[in-house]
Amino acid sequence: MNLVEKIANEGLRKDIPEFRTGDTVRVHAIIKEGDKERTQAFEGIVIKKHRGGKSSSFTVRKMSYGVGVERVFPLHSPLVDHIDVVTRGKVRRSRLYYLRELSGKAARVREQAYEETAEAAGESAATA
Amino acid sequence: MLGLIGKKLGMTQVFAEDGRQLPVTVVAAGPCPVVQKKTKETDGYNALQLGFQKTKPHRIAKSVRVDQEKKGVGPFKYLREFRTDAAGEFEVGHQFTVGSFKPGDIVDVIGTSKGRGFQGVIKRHGKHGGPASHGSDFHRRTGSIGMRTWPARVFKNTRLPGHMGVDRVTIQNIEVVGVRPEDNVLLLKGGLPGAKNGLLIVVNRADGFEKRPELKGAVKEKAEAKPEPAVEAQSETPADTPEQK
Repeated sequence: MNLVEKIANEGLRKDIPEFRTGDTVRVHAIIKEGDKERTQAFEGIVIKKHRGGKSSSFTVRKMSYGVGVERVFPLHSPLVDHIDVVTRGKVRRSRLYYLRELSGKAARVREQAYEETAEAAGESAATA
Repeated sequence: MLGLIGKKLGMTQVFAEDGRQLPVTVVAAGPCPVVQKKTKETDGYNALQLGFQKTKPHRIAKSVRVDQEKKGVGPFKYLREFRTDAAGEFEVGHQFTVGSFKPGDIVDVIGTSKGRGFQGVIKRHGKHGGPASHGSDFHRRTGSIGMRTWPARVFKNTRLPGHMGVDRVTIQNIEVVGVRPEDNVLLLKGGLPGAKNGLLIVVNRADGFEKRPELKGAVKEKAEAKPEPAVEAQSETPADTPEQK
């Protein structure tokens, strides 16, 4: 089993920032058009994180011209150039499927409140 | 037809360069030395007998063991024959490794499927069965297996319940996704028959395969390749490295 795990862990990316469901992230995805390459940003709320080693993925939802759009990114994919965490959201569940039934500002916005522990700890350390 | 004997280690995923996630079976294959060379003159056909997985001498039959001791190979737990007209080009003791495969090769894999025990006709043959409810008394049974007083017997090969699994299964046209000479490992796309640690035979039937220099022990990007990969080729495996993604 060791060898299998070794191969499975080979491509794992360590440069992905920590983020949670409810956070707003901007994913810079690499898009190949013919032999050209460019990055395209997709910004939205993380409504789901699937933990599965190399097959880990996360789902980002955004409203685009009044239409809800969800995109699933493999967390360790080479096609994810980088991820910016825009805001931290405060949510009480790990799968935000209820957002799909909601629209408009009041229902859809979620309190992003105070900074999450990791960043807060880093900041307080910096200020101290 | 040449190839390697190997062992299924398990499955995982690998990212292709274009970002696709590929399901992959990890196979520990080789190194497999030639244990016996069969030729048309001596045996009536051309083949190479390869050995795989060293074992303790007392675990194999004496006749086999002594033969291998004389040739300076083994003792091997598994011996398998590969019919090939290229048999004459290789010597006993010559070692085949994973290095002779390249990513992108199309191979066939032979294995033994997992045992399912005695199974009914639905699982075993994919029959449909009857309705679950509405007063049906006919659920997962076989149904009719024949006609009437003629022919008054059940035809051969009628699909009935019985033992399922533990069959020799060949899966054709499997893509080699990766080759790891340092671990003697092949990454083959998709699932393969059998359980973990099951024996597999990986065969490359492509025309050019038997003529590849890597098969003969030629080592890419290494000037001091062994001049004669002859009888004592036991210990070192060619550090041949087809580039990995």
